[in-house]
Amino acid sequence: MENRRGGTFNIRCAVNGGKVEREIDPSRTLLEFIREDLGLKGTKEGCGEGECGACLVLVDGKAVNSCLMMAVQLHGKHLTTIEGLKGRDGGLHPLQRTFMEEGAVQCGFCTPGAIMASEALLRENPGATLEDIKLGLTGNLCRCTGYEKIISAVEKAKQLL
Amino acid sequence: MDKFSFVGKSLPRKDAFIKATGRARYAADQDFAGLLYAAAVRCPKPRIKILSISAAKAEKVPGYVTLVTYKDVKGPNKWPLVSSDYPFLPETEARFQGETIALVVAETRKAAVAAARLVEIKYKELPFLDDPLRALEKNAVKLHGDDNVFAKFVIKKGNPDQAIRDAHVVVEEEFSTNYQVHAYLETQGVTAVPEPDGGLTVYSSTQCPFYVLDAVAAAADLGYHKVKVIQTVTGGGFGGKEDVPALVASHASVCALKVGRPVRLIYDRKEDFNSMSKRHPSWSRVAYAADRDGKITACVVKYVLDGGAYATLSPIVLWRGAVHAAGPYRIENIRIEAYAAATNKVPCGAFRGFGQPQICFAQESLVDELAHKLEMDPVRLRLKNILRPGDKTATGQIIGASCGLEKLLETVKKRSNWDRRKAKGLRIKDKGEIARGLGVSVAYYGVGLGAKGRYLDRAGAYVNIYKDATVGVNVGNTEMGQGALTVLSQICAETLNAPYENIKLEEVDTSKVSDSGPTVASRTTLMSGNAIIEAAAPMRDNIFKTAFELLLAKGADGSGPMRAAEGLFSIGEVSVTFAETVKECWNRRMKMGEQGWYVAPRTSYDMGDGQGDAYVTYSYSADVADVEVDLKTGVTKVLKIYAAYDAGRIINPGLAEGQAQGGLLQGMSWALYENLAYKNGIMLNPNFTDYVLATTADKPEYDITFIEKPYAGGPYKAKGIGEVPLIGVAPAVGNAIMNASGARVRTVPLLPEKVWNGLNGKKS
Repeated sequence: MENRRGGTFNIRCAVNGGKVEREIDPSRTLLEFIREDLGLKGTKEGCGEGECGACLVLVDGKAVNSCLMMAVQLHGKHLTTIEGLKGRDGGLHPLQRTFMEEGAVQCGFCTPGAIMASEALLRENPGATLEDIKLGLTGNLCRCTGYEKIISAVEKAKQLL
Repeated sequence: MDKFSFVGKSLPRKDAFIKATGRARYAADQDFAGLLYAAAVRCPKPRIKILSISAAKAEKVPGYVTLVTYKDVKGPNKWPLVSSDYPFLPETEARFQGETIALVVAETRKAAVAAARLVEIKYKELPFLDDPLRALEKNAVKLHGDDNVFAKFVIKKGNPDQAIRDAHVVVEEEFSTNYQVHAYLETQGVTAVPEPDGGLTVYSSTQCPFYVLDAVAAAADLGYHKVKVIQTVTGGGFGGKEDVPALVASHASVCALKVGRPVRLIYDRKEDFNSMSKRHPSWSRVAYAADRDGKITACVVKYVLDGGAYATLSPIVLWRGAVHAAGPYRIENIRIEAYAAATNKVPCGAFRGFGQPQICFAQESLVDELAHKLEMDPVRLRLKNILRPGDKTATGQIIGASCGLEKLLETVKKRSNWDRRKAKGLRIKDKGEIARGLGVSVAYYGVGLGAKGRYLDRAGAYVNIYKDATVGVNVGNTEMGQGALTVLSQICAETLNAPYENIKLEEVDTSKVSDSGPTVASRTTLMSGNAIIEAAAPMRDNIFKTAFELLLAKGADGSGPMRAAEGLFSIGEVSVTFAETVKECWNRRMKMGEQGWYVAPRTSYDMGDGQGDAYVTYSYSADVADVEVDLKTGVTKVLKIYAAYDAGRIINPGLAEGQAQGGLLQGMSWALYENLAYKNGIMLNPNFTDYVLATTADKPEYDITFIEKPYAGGPYKAKGIGEVPLIGVAPAVGNAIMNASGARVRTVPLLPEKVWNGLNGKKS
């Protein structure tokens, strides 16, 4: 990472498997970088202060609220957003499929963040119990579903991963 | 039992794919060439006289474009709504902390926000009101008229005073409930795009595109034909995107017209908390009288809502609350008085249940207190008094055949093991300091806008069958997450016998369908569903006739009945597809696009005495909450909610269950956790850190049953399911806390300290 004149930084990172190199202002959040610079609009802003999980993405496979991370911190790392989530066959990821099948999607605004959080959770803990899932997703607010179908979608995807 | 191909099945959501893949485009996601951003300059105090507004410092922010004030509003500076007392932008006086006073337009959102912070407002603080009961006192500061009353309703029947004097038992208590914030995950957002003809296209996150049309046309002083409102994919509404998106859109529109470029206005979470509508805080005093056998003989209610700074929807929220205030019981003597009072706080409006959950908490808690005083089981007392077909409501409306309340109550009683739990004294102390208990509630909900909204209770649809047998449908009611696109597609597929995957509901566009009223009041399935059926009916006739003729031409025996199912027409072994039939219809130059228009039946309600038919039909619920109370700390955990609903025929059981689970959790979250605080007219916790919502860890188990009492006036005999699941949760939880611990809490939220006070003999 180089600090250029004018206070911008040059960062190199991987985004959904492809190489990206950008000049960015150090005050830019990762969420702004994703939505405005990369044009990946699947990642949402729900609160801007790390409480709701709508902006959750994976950085080197770990769940991160992108509104709380600075974009320059992405240097040398791998970012995965909802647009980069794929199943083994290149089609829908099992979590996307089970979220659709179980009725875990209503207004859909929390859905990308909830799917990314579930992916991180199941990656870290492939044998996650119901209790693990309930505790693991507390950072992803959903105002529509009452959570039941989100939890059952994650449980079902667990069998498919 | 009717046989259906698409109705009654849990078919997949039409919009699940775009949402699960991140492709759905919400208000902040669309690209426009030359897009600018607006940010609001907000009132810092509860009530001020505006002396001057200066952008001298703001202008220096790189990217600053312009300042927009009330002077830029082109039409009369009154937002057209129920009372039209809310200016689009204030001129001399701002009336609540967070009210938009002016807007800054800039090249980026960041620049707009930075510049808005630098706009200087010189002001003088004015005396303000923050308590609705104080507002109703004679010597209070006057904010609205000469009495601070936005609306008042009275419902009178029989002689309640006499009935109370003659009663065996009377209970009377005061209750109150706090705000509820909608907390839709997508904040308010809109983009206004100027068109070459001087008009505007407005892309809005809204439940009610026609309200947006009314407001934008007024603020921009444009004919309706020059304003087009298109709903973007909407990230939750719950009533919070009923009226206020129209105000936000009018601001963006005034900005866009001033600068001649597209302008986007997206609220951050804090300003959404500070300025957008909420569930009204309420205060009530309720009394029930009963005879020796537990027959409820009278109900007297005084109900006050804290309307906030402007009337907005308070009059109709209040009316719905008043109509339902005595509960779903047959009671001969009634007096209900309801007031919405003005204060210098955020204007309150629609929220799932619309004035009913607050008063339902009060009256259903009090029915339990009545049972206690009568030494009668609370379920038994309710079974004695609840509405059944043929009974009269508080407004004298005779309940029709579509009323399954008795069965609902029997269902939750049985499923929760009520009698066995009761046999153990209705109180199970199992884990030392943890007490467990059950609580019950019943509720009813008038479907649609009812007598107070009768002029708006109509809906249109345009159904267009393409040559390839796919079907495009335009309606005026919106998808906001509840599943309207899917349910209405099922209704359309069923009516035409078209394959479900052939149906596409378009986003609502006010230029494509007549004003269909708001997407509220659990009315969309009923209103837009009926409009689609009406639009499709003549094409259905043509398609069915043509299919029959095609079958004859293929050698079918015309004396046998034609079967139409799953997009196929057949007689015996001979069949034709929907696609073949539609192709033939087109060859015969039949009309394959039709308008439908559905008007709700008349209601007879009289605003004078509050008597008559208030709503066309009612949905019903019964809930039993199973809770644990920590007797040391007063902390309550809801373990399970047993719920049963009569919403007529269920079009999509999976989606209906989703509505139920979501409504139950939203109700539980309001009952236990959500606690918006004001001090001296300033909101203290406008964020998700300090305003606590239920999470996955708090989720109870749900046990949900649908009892389908068909409503003859509904599409495939459906009513509405959107709101009724939320209404009865708080009293069921409160009654369960009482049952478990002996603490009766009469104020929502049912916080641990209040339970603790109850346990320790202190009033709360």
